[in-house]
Amino acid sequence: MTDNQFRTPHSTFRTTFTLNGTPITLAVDPAERLLDTLRYRLGLTGTKEGCGEGECGACTVYLNGLPVVSCLVPIYQVRGARVETVESLDPATLEPLRRSGATQCGACTPGVVMTARWIDAHRELLHSHTVRELMAGNLCRCTGYDGIIDGIAAGLEGRP
Amino acid sequence: MKLLQPESLPEALAMLAEQPEAIPIAGGTDLLVVWPTRPAEHDRCYVDLSGVPELKGVRWTDGQLALGALATYWDVIRDARATRELPLLGRAARQVGAIQIQARGTWAGNIANASPAADGVPVLMAYDAVVVLDSAHGREAVPLSDFYQGYKRMRRRSDQLVVEIRIPLPRTPYRVQWFEKVGSRRAQAIAKVGLAVVRGEQGWRVVAASMAPTVRRCPAIERRLAGSTPLRSPDDLLPAIEQDVAPIDDIRSTAHYRRRVMARVLYYGLQAT
Repeated sequence: MTDNQFRTPHSTFRTTFTLNGTPITLAVDPAERLLDTLRYRLGLTGTKEGCGEGECGACTVYLNGLPVVSCLVPIYQVRGARVETVESLDPATLEPLRRSGATQCGACTPGVVMTARWIDAHRELLHSHTVRELMAGNLCRCTGYDGIIDGIAAGLEGRP
Repeated sequence: MKLLQPESLPEALAMLAEQPEAIPIAGGTDLLVVWPTRPAEHDRCYVDLSGVPELKGVRWTDGQLALGALATYWDVIRDARATRELPLLGRAARQVGAIQIQARGTWAGNIANASPAADGVPVLMAYDAVVVLDSAHGREAVPLSDFYQGYKRMRRRSDQLVVEIRIPLPRTPYRVQWFEKVGSRRAQAIAKVGLAVVRGEQGWRVVAASMAPTVRRCPAIERRLAGSTPLRSPDDLLPAIEQDVAPIDDIRSTAHYRRRVMARVLYYGLQAT
């Protein structure tokens, strides 16, 4: 049993996880969501809050290598885990998405590129899934999705 | 907020026995949805199951698949044997939200959340799954089709934990098996009607979601399908549907629409098999 039981509201406890490749230990409120910790404790505001109820995908990060919506992850479950945010991505890999009209207002874009990069790194999934199915958890109100799908396809084919 | 983080199953069960009001949390995809809007939820007691090794994963044993309480939809989608031998599990899992939810949401959580619109429960019930409940006082196994007693009411005492879901493998392959979910859009939508249909050695299993206070089997429809009178149109199913389910008008659909769609999905699904 860990020492962080019987908390009163607004108490904090220390937790350790790996963030973008670097181990960190910090004091958090157990009521925080991973999204809150990233944005308001660590200042990593690349991850956006859209709906706050797990529908839109704007807050997508990788948790132990899988895309998750950070608005539905309680911070106390992140202990010992690997977290990667949009800040960890190489901007050069986003060029196909920029060229294909995959972004307009930009609210969904951090989440979109996180899922897109994950697909690119796990091409074996395309034997069983379409890009559209894998992107279904990232809602976009501007582009009509074709620009996003085209940009991912261009990246997969190595086109600029 | 009171947070308990057990590191073994006996520890988790002891905590539940001492704290009857505690809420077990696995992937959190249902519990966290209301987090920003209902601060009262922050003041409750949670038992975090994520550090309990006994609850992890997908296990194959002789003649059955066992899903631990922490087994996610994605764990099953990526399990080649599950895709082959119990294909409805993967098909239903792929209709739960999208990857971000599939990576976190658990089958046990879907059962214990007891939503009438659950996506994972209908296929489990159609496959005759058994829910294993454990507590400091001992273990019991309950058929999933007997688990629900009413809206959000189930045969789980507050000191009991859903530790495993057992799905028997059929001795001869199922002759019919399909799952259909009707929502407002294809992805990221909650079911207006969900239907799992299986035909095997034990006969027909027809399980409906979003059609009653709980996900439930439809015995009148199962009898109708086992009978010799052929179905000539979707309307032929309406009397049995009337006996089995009690849909309501709500934000997502109407009772009338749900009955008609269930009849059509069932009829045309059966025609295609």
